[in-house]
Amino acid sequence: MKPGLSPRQALALRRHLEAGLPRVSRPYQALAERIDADENQVLAQMRLWHEQGLFRRVGLVLNHRALGFTANAMLVLDVPDALIDEVGQRLGRAHGINLCYQRPRRLPQWRYNLFCMVHGRQRAQVEAQIQALLEEHLLSDLPHQLLFSTHAFKQCGARFAPSPTGAPTHG
Amino acid sequence: MNLDLLSRQLIDRFQHGMPLCAEPYKEMARILGCREAQVMACLEEMDQAGTLSRIGPVFEHSRAGASTLAALAVPAERLQQVAEHVSQYPEVNHNYAREHFYNLWFVLTGPDRQHIERVLEQLEKDTGLMPLDLPMLTAYRIDLGFALGGSS
Repeated sequence: MKPGLSPRQALALRRHLEAGLPRVSRPYQALAERIDADENQVLAQMRLWHEQGLFRRVGLVLNHRALGFTANAMLVLDVPDALIDEVGQRLGRAHGINLCYQRPRRLPQWRYNLFCMVHGRQRAQVEAQIQALLEEHLLSDLPHQLLFSTHAFKQCGARFAPSPTGAPTHG
Repeated sequence: MNLDLLSRQLIDRFQHGMPLCAEPYKEMARILGCREAQVMACLEEMDQAGTLSRIGPVFEHSRAGASTLAALAVPAERLQQVAEHVSQYPEVNHNYAREHFYNLWFVLTGPDRQHIERVLEQLEKDTGLMPLDLPMLTAYRIDLGFALGGSS
């Protein structure tokens, strides 16, 4: 079924979704009311977006700090370009790595091109885990650094949908 | 069912995906063998405790718009003030202090790349600090779920 939402309604729906689903029995009905549509249209639009790959997942989004995962480290490595895919894929599959991305170097300020996030409950445990991981994959000799987070100033869902005026939303 | 147990089950079962239907909480309750009211109460409690950020879609950055990881090297005495300034932007969704010369790290998202560049330029003007702009080139792993595992 085609959703039949207007572009304006679809954009408004995305903005509401970025803030999260309401915790009521029929959340899509509640969202439909806010954008002057009906529940079936909203559900059809959700399924379409899901099929199109707009969503990574639809589920409970957790705050890892509140769950006790307070030792949060970003491991950055300087991997030779010829090896980046192989190393990225290996580390991406490794137990305990939550995210693994290639990003550009910015020389001379920034030499690291592979980024991995590791979350744990204790700093020493995360350090040991990463050291073991690098040894296991014979990567200990690559230049790398471990950046532990010391404070979360802000943590919320991403806002992609433009504001109604289309202008940057910060004055 | 006790709420602690139920919240663990909800997390394990539904952080990676939940039913996409008119009454998702009722369906989640059916799957776990409890009542919808218990699921609602548990989600409310998780929300109050701060363990639940929200419910619903996590957007695929590359499909939903543009994003980048940015970093600033902020003099220690200005870190709090600069961090608060950065957090004010609705385009910023994660903003962390980290132990490094580049000590403030944040994710910027927007409808397109030009929007991100305008925000970075504005931030540079506002703070006098040159941001590192590190957009993702390849994702080798994107999952953001947590295995709660045992009580360790």
